[in-house]
Amino acid sequence: MPGTEILRMEHIRKVYSNGVVANSDITFAVNHGEIHALSGENGAGKTTLMKMLFGEEQPTRGDIYINGEKTVIASPTAAIRMGIGMVHQHFMLVPSLTVIENMILGMEPRKGLIIDQKLAERQVAEISEKYNLIVPPHAKVQDLTVGQKQKVEILKALLHGAKIMILDEPTAVLTPQETRELFHELKILRDSGYTIIFISHKLNEVRELCDRITIIRRGQTMGVYDVKDVDEEEISHLMVGRDVALHLEKKPAHQGEAAIEVEGLTVRNIIGQKKLDGISFRAMRGEVFGVAGVEGNGQTELVEALSRNMDFHGGSIRILGKDISGMSIRQLRAQKVSHIPEDRMTTGIAGALSITENAMADKSYNPEFCGKGTLLRKKNIKAYGQKMVERYHIFCKDLDVAISSLSGGNIQKVVLARELSSDPEVIIADQPTRGVDVGATEFIRKELLRLRDEGKCVFLVSSDLNELLGLADRLIVLCGGKIAAYFPDTTAITEDDVGQYMLGLDRQSEQEIAEVTK
Amino acid sequence: MTLKKANLLVDSVKMLLVIVVALVLVTGIVFAVSSEPSNALYNFFIGPFLSLRRVGNIIEGACPLVFTALAVMIIFRAGQFSMISEGAFFMGAAIAMAVSIAVPMPTGIHAVACLLCAAAGGALVASIPAFLKKLWSVSEVVTSIMLNYVVQYFAIYLVTYHFREMQSSSLASLKLAETSLLPGILPGTNVHLGVIIAILMCVFCWFLIYRSRFGYQLRITGCNPSFAHYVGLKETGVMVGAQVIAGAIAGMGGSIELLGMYTRFKWTETPGYGWTGIVVALLAKDNPLMVPLAAAFIAYINTGANIMAMNSDVSSEMAQIIQGVIMLLIASGALLQRWRQKLIDKAAEQEQAAAAAEQVQA
Repeated sequence: MPGTEILRMEHIRKVYSNGVVANSDITFAVNHGEIHALSGENGAGKTTLMKMLFGEEQPTRGDIYINGEKTVIASPTAAIRMGIGMVHQHFMLVPSLTVIENMILGMEPRKGLIIDQKLAERQVAEISEKYNLIVPPHAKVQDLTVGQKQKVEILKALLHGAKIMILDEPTAVLTPQETRELFHELKILRDSGYTIIFISHKLNEVRELCDRITIIRRGQTMGVYDVKDVDEEEISHLMVGRDVALHLEKKPAHQGEAAIEVEGLTVRNIIGQKKLDGISFRAMRGEVFGVAGVEGNGQTELVEALSRNMDFHGGSIRILGKDISGMSIRQLRAQKVSHIPEDRMTTGIAGALSITENAMADKSYNPEFCGKGTLLRKKNIKAYGQKMVERYHIFCKDLDVAISSLSGGNIQKVVLARELSSDPEVIIADQPTRGVDVGATEFIRKELLRLRDEGKCVFLVSSDLNELLGLADRLIVLCGGKIAAYFPDTTAITEDDVGQYMLGLDRQSEQEIAEVTK
Repeated sequence: MTLKKANLLVDSVKMLLVIVVALVLVTGIVFAVSSEPSNALYNFFIGPFLSLRRVGNIIEGACPLVFTALAVMIIFRAGQFSMISEGAFFMGAAIAMAVSIAVPMPTGIHAVACLLCAAAGGALVASIPAFLKKLWSVSEVVTSIMLNYVVQYFAIYLVTYHFREMQSSSLASLKLAETSLLPGILPGTNVHLGVIIAILMCVFCWFLIYRSRFGYQLRITGCNPSFAHYVGLKETGVMVGAQVIAGAIAGMGGSIELLGMYTRFKWTETPGYGWTGIVVALLAKDNPLMVPLAAAFIAYINTGANIMAMNSDVSSEMAQIIQGVIMLLIASGALLQRWRQKLIDKAAEQEQAAAAAEQVQA
């Protein structure tokens, strides 16, 4: 019945095996038929709480009630049986199977020993029509756009009988247009009696979509509010524990000489498809040069090519006047080029090593840390670690703990410390604030702007349009491996303008795009 | 209790439990197969300590295991799973034999030359799977295991066709040159100079892994190769380097075993120290300084089993069964996990309380 409590998690505590207290004492309740926002900084414990609700982790202490009944959710299978569905941030789909095959996976309707294809098709068609979630049923998932994949995930949860849907930062990968579509669909679902838990720290989205909001900070509940009763400043204050500058003050840029010159760059993947198709641009010193685009349109390849993590197959790249095609990564780094990688967990850190060891990983040939022979200079290294922790506000118990025990934001600060402490001239920042809390995001953005003001070149790739428009001075949009648009002045445009080109709905003329090489 | 202490406590108790369970199993097995179990057990547990010679047996038995365990440790630390320490060890022994017999040299220098040549041979053998992986991504697990057989038959060929003692009915080499043998250091036993080298080698490896640039790069690469690549290290170079160094250590171990314990090369198949070295490396928990203790424990079990086989009706194959059991127990990461989690929860709670109290004071 609408308005009654469908779910209650009471005094939840969760301690991970590395000693990290992810949830210290959280009480979280959701009413039937509402869209309830769960907000908090990264590392506040949102994901952990939801993992426990979906049976992926067990609470150390505390109880979970569903429809007023105390339950133990032992596994995701049990959660699904209880009517809980989850749409993960990273989709859990099999790329080589079709949409229908993905949706019925684990609950295939059978006819004797074989799958009843007709019935499966009918079930999927029914549910997708009912909630106006249209996806091509026979397409392979690998050929779908990110937005469509998300729809498949939502449909899958519905088909599996979910009454409570958890969406973990669903808009992080979407364009503004796709986000609007998603919100429309979610509102339809709510009005048909579904309950939705919406995890996000994008406050404007929470305002637009949600009925109530629960805010958590450092593993504790900070409060539950009707969204219409609180404003964004209040929410961000509760999340971070202090006032945050939501809008950055930016001085006018003083462009210097060219730092990155790319001409006709072409990159192919292993099966020969062009992931980058002859793109050219110039990024200058003293500016933040932004790259926008829906994920998978060539940004990753561009960054890999610029940072020498990948060879390119055509064109040329010059950084600080030098052709980089023959350089090793070590030589490129010696040219004072830094790189903040897209995925810090898989390429940005060595999880089992300490904070200090991670922060100086690129400096093992630096005589300050490694003497004439090959012995490490422990004292200097320790002092350096200490300095980094203070300078970059890394929150940790001590310097010798394994870096994997830190929260996402703190890990990113270690990455930042390493990359910025070598006094770089060019900084390639790929999704520098993805999955990072509000406080750390503010810090990282300020650092990037400081470097720009000092006359360095900051090359920024981000899927967060708000961030791009806030930081970048000039901006290109990649679509299908080509530059779809070039904006010489980011102050004059809105997120929607950029979204048009990201989705490939529009394309600037060759002359307009060619301006970027001037 | 802090988190570190909690982990240390659980790890120590776990290790103790592993040993106790292993010993209980021995007792059980002995009771099942022996008609005089008390005599067998006495020989197994107490036997190794009854004379200086037997204590010497433990030390001598531990010596080759130290070298192979260190080799395994370095390879595993680089994130590689090459099983080459067995082959490198045997290659080292074969080359030491050849140099000892074929190249006359003055005392002392001869032994050093044997050791160095053996190390080079071990390094060469170990580099083959490493380069195959670097160049063509061939799995080092498969190539190293196959290569062990190649090395084994190569060594036997060397003995059979070039260094064979024709007078002997079984396969044995000519007598090793006196000038190359390692002197004993403990009268009344066979404990030889190699034991000292083994201990120095443990210290060297500790410095290598934890205090040298190469060791630092090795740990980075072993933990996350794509990270190593991204910060500008030559990760495949580090992997090859680790395997070459490991091969050299194992190879030197082979020569030390031969020159310290034997007067002729008599093996007809690889003696299995490389495999046992894996158990020792696991027991020592990634710490080179713990290797001598872990090796001594395994050698104690082997010695006990031998004495039991000699003086009772239980066969020494028992020892191998026990080794297998220990390996299973050590590999069971989840053992005592609940207890560990409980201690960790408590530690976290105390820490929070302490932090809260501090805040109140401030």
